[in-house]
Amino acid sequence: MSKVEEKLFQNRYLLDEGNPHIRIKNPDFCKSSCAQPCTFCCPAACYVKNEDGGVDLTTDGCLECGTCRIICQEHNNLEWEYPRGGFGISFKFG
Amino acid sequence: MTERFDAIVVGAGPAGSAAAYVMAKAGLNVLQLERGEYPGAKNVQGAILYSDALEKIIPDFREDAPLERHIVEQRVWMLTDKSHIGFDHRSDEFNDPKPDRYSIIRVQFDKWFAGKVKEAGALLICDTVVKSLLKDANGKVIGVKTDREGGDIYADVVVLADGVNSLLARDAGFRKELDGDNTALVAKEMHFLRPEVIQNRFNIGEKEGVAFELVGTLTRGKIGMGFIYTNAESVSIGIGCMVGDFAKGGLTPYGLLDELKAHPSIKPLLAGSEMKEYTAHLIPEGGYKAVPKTFGDGWVMVGDAAGLVNSIHREGSNMAMTSGQLAAETVIALKKEGKPCNAQNLARFKTALDDSYVIKDLKKYQGMPGFLHGNRHVFTVYPELMSQAMSTMLRVDGVDKKTKEKQVTKAFRQRRGLLGLVGDAIKFARAFR
Repeated sequence: MSKVEEKLFQNRYLLDEGNPHIRIKNPDFCKSSCAQPCTFCCPAACYVKNEDGGVDLTTDGCLECGTCRIICQEHNNLEWEYPRGGFGISFKFG
Repeated sequence: MTERFDAIVVGAGPAGSAAAYVMAKAGLNVLQLERGEYPGAKNVQGAILYSDALEKIIPDFREDAPLERHIVEQRVWMLTDKSHIGFDHRSDEFNDPKPDRYSIIRVQFDKWFAGKVKEAGALLICDTVVKSLLKDANGKVIGVKTDREGGDIYADVVVLADGVNSLLARDAGFRKELDGDNTALVAKEMHFLRPEVIQNRFNIGEKEGVAFELVGTLTRGKIGMGFIYTNAESVSIGIGCMVGDFAKGGLTPYGLLDELKAHPSIKPLLAGSEMKEYTAHLIPEGGYKAVPKTFGDGWVMVGDAAGLVNSIHREGSNMAMTSGQLAAETVIALKKEGKPCNAQNLARFKTALDDSYVIKDLKKYQGMPGFLHGNRHVFTVYPELMSQAMSTMLRVDGVDKKTKEKQVTKAFRQRRGLLGLVGDAIKFARAFR
């Protein structure tokens, strides 16, 4: 388990299974034309480089900060919404 | 739900709860919507609460608000990899019967504040995301569309208090998308320790607290800073840097945080603690120049949504509460006068905000974001030079003091040059003026 996973393990989430609130619009774009800053800027490490040279996104640990949306805006390659009401991260202390 | 409200407040953070509380207290029919399962569930702050802004809204908040410790000492530490130089200020005057600042735990505080809002008569509905604003044919905001079935709700005015990301304001065209160079990303952990351990380790009494601001090489040349705040039974530690700087590469946010925790001056402060939560959040740090229009036909914008943060003084939640209060007072006055909440009338909110410390302070530091972007070296070069100077002067090793002084001066001139040193000082002073 990586260090960030140990951190996220302390958090409380209500997962909206099968209904991710962030989607990569065109996964092929990530492979060629992008330095993939999402893979090192996301504080929850939701974005991971895959073997095909693209980026895999798993939103389960998302802290809903919005960083990925900001850094991807020049490529406009993310669909970014808040999770449905009540779902997602529920901070205990904040 | 076809009921009509005087006001809908989107968000149950300090800005939204301040607005909802003041309006409900004045007898307005207020609906507050929160996307989390409880108020605070999505909210993150260091957190230091400044009393003044809240006191003006709830004068006796100290009676039941969940306050952790009142801050009696502030430590500003300039870090290099192996050292720190500290500038500390502590005063018994901070043990005033009505202290001016407290450490708080935001989720607990937000729950308490929203409870006050409910007591004042507002209706709070959680688990509800506002998806968009409803507008009439003329573009006037007349309500909100939520993610609940039949979730259109109408009101005379909508208060946008939906936080830094405010997708609502962006999608309605009231504000541009956040800019990575003007937005900080903070990663933070909550470390639990026994109260006696905190008191011994930080040299404080029961109920007393310490706030640290940390600058220097910890941000690895990125614009940013770290912090440590003592709570009753925990310590908050975090580090924040500009999103645009993170995007250029280097360490991840959690990588920087782990480095900070391992710093020789910091590590002993956290020894033996139990980490119980890891959070991250954005702070709008564009200052005065980045504040959008805060009012229009049927809407006002407050708090982080409007970018009301003074990053130099680490103030934000106070500005959120004050802006919420001023927006509420504007709406109350219009209701009393029987005037509609259109742009022309809601412009009073802007006037009130401009006349308050909120916009005055943001205006004062409007040059600072620009200065920092052009001078990232201040975060690394000066802490290193200062640390080097201190150890040169303090080490007793048979070298005479005159020679040591020359070594120090030479080091400064080599790293920045005489013109660079003078230029940095002038630019820094200008940005502060």
